[in-house]
Amino acid sequence: MFFDGFLLRAGLAGIGVALAAGPLGCFVVWRRMAYFSDATAHASILGVAMALAFDVPIFAGALLIALGAAFAVSALSDRGASSDTILGVVAHSALAFGLVAVSLLPTVRIDLMGYLFGDILAVTRTDVALVWGGAVLVLALLAWRWSALLLATLSPDLARASGVSPDREQLVLTVTLAIVVACGIKVVGALLVGALLLIPVSTMRPFCRTPERLGALAAGLGGLGSAVGLWSSYVLDVPAGPSIVCVLSLGFLASRVVVLVRP
Amino acid sequence: MSRILLQADRLDMRHGATPVLSDVSLAIRSGEIVTIVGPNGSGKSTLLRALVGALPPAGGRIERAPGLRIGYVPQTLVVDPHLPMTVARFLNLPHRVDAARADAALTRAGMAPHAQSQLGTLSGGQRQRVLLARALLSDPEILILDEPTQGLDQPGSAAFYRQIEAIRGETGCAVLMVSHELHVVMSASDRVICLNGHVCCEGHPEQVASAPEYRALFGTGTGGALALYRHEHAHHHHDHDHEAAE
Repeated sequence: MFFDGFLLRAGLAGIGVALAAGPLGCFVVWRRMAYFSDATAHASILGVAMALAFDVPIFAGALLIALGAAFAVSALSDRGASSDTILGVVAHSALAFGLVAVSLLPTVRIDLMGYLFGDILAVTRTDVALVWGGAVLVLALLAWRWSALLLATLSPDLARASGVSPDREQLVLTVTLAIVVACGIKVVGALLVGALLLIPVSTMRPFCRTPERLGALAAGLGGLGSAVGLWSSYVLDVPAGPSIVCVLSLGFLASRVVVLVRP
Repeated sequence: MSRILLQADRLDMRHGATPVLSDVSLAIRSGEIVTIVGPNGSGKSTLLRALVGALPPAGGRIERAPGLRIGYVPQTLVVDPHLPMTVARFLNLPHRVDAARADAALTRAGMAPHAQSQLGTLSGGQRQRVLLARALLSDPEILILDEPTQGLDQPGSAAFYRQIEAIRGETGCAVLMVSHELHVVMSASDRVICLNGHVCCEGHPEQVASAPEYRALFGTGTGGALALYRHEHAHHHHDHDHEAAE
């Protein structure tokens, strides 16, 4: 009965998002884009509101606004304005406008908490298909650009000298980030999708000597954390997103303990 | 006869609306070591980037010898501690290179024992040598280095420049580098170009160090650098009057 129930759908969606978030999260960490990913995710709430207002799929609205926010932030940062200030301004204003817009919608009564922190009850078969489609697309893009992305991350100058355009690689990350955010809204929610990007990578870092291994282990740990977190959320009747993040955080703590005690 | 590898002709560069370089003309010939010196903001890095083709000129022309192989060494390599990467792997980005070739480049740069070391655990000097090895992979006709010894202490810088000189001796490649440590690079340079938005003066290192344009930029009382130079200079020529005048 579990196997075609909502828990299975939620689990599949969670694992799908986590698999894509692991390798992408590596670049978010290596390039210090944590705030960037938060800004993108927070902005997606505005996309949710607009999708509801114009009666288009939530996924499409969130993806569109997340993409818009990511590009806006990239463009503004390039002009030399202090990057984390711009990110803060965009992140908070987009979130605020999104929340206000959702409350103004006259006809719809929606559970805002579900979009902020994830809602496993709301995951449909279509959602699962969208999440896995998005995850496969993200993983394919990252695999295709992997070496070029690594070089552009280590040194934009060397990348240029080797015929790799750092701007184009940044574009790949911007697009994949928006996809992961749009996929992650139903599972972990807009406020916590950043955790799925950051925590598995920092947990697994001490146990890896190659970037590929870190990407793979982060994906695996994220998937496991999502499954365990969802299950706990079902058993304890607490929101899905926070449960997943709690499980991942405990894993992070455990890894630090292992690092401390190992010879 | 040495041929011209790289040439700038009346080059103008802008950063937005601000002119950074104006009317810069220079030529680098095969096998020579040329050092560009200049104060902060004098456009040294901009000039290098324009020469390697990373920035488009606002005016003037840049000519490279057809098929010129450039080995570029950036200022520093900042490695996030969360990024696991061995030296050998770094040389294989973005495309796999022949293992023997990678070994040869590491040996030439003095980093052969560190092929399997993590980039993040290397010292500044070692990281600079890894960048040098990477630049040597393409068997360059010209090595271009942007303040390669930034953050190294003086013995470290001196050792690095000796390595550059040795590589020039072995491979015959030309070297173009930016530095603010004229006294350290002097012995290794055939020619020095003093830059401050335009070419102030150029020539043999000793000529430049005593040129009024250079002194106007770096001052006569700026301590270490020039004093060290004059000290050597005085001993060399037994010019005690000059020293006494200090």
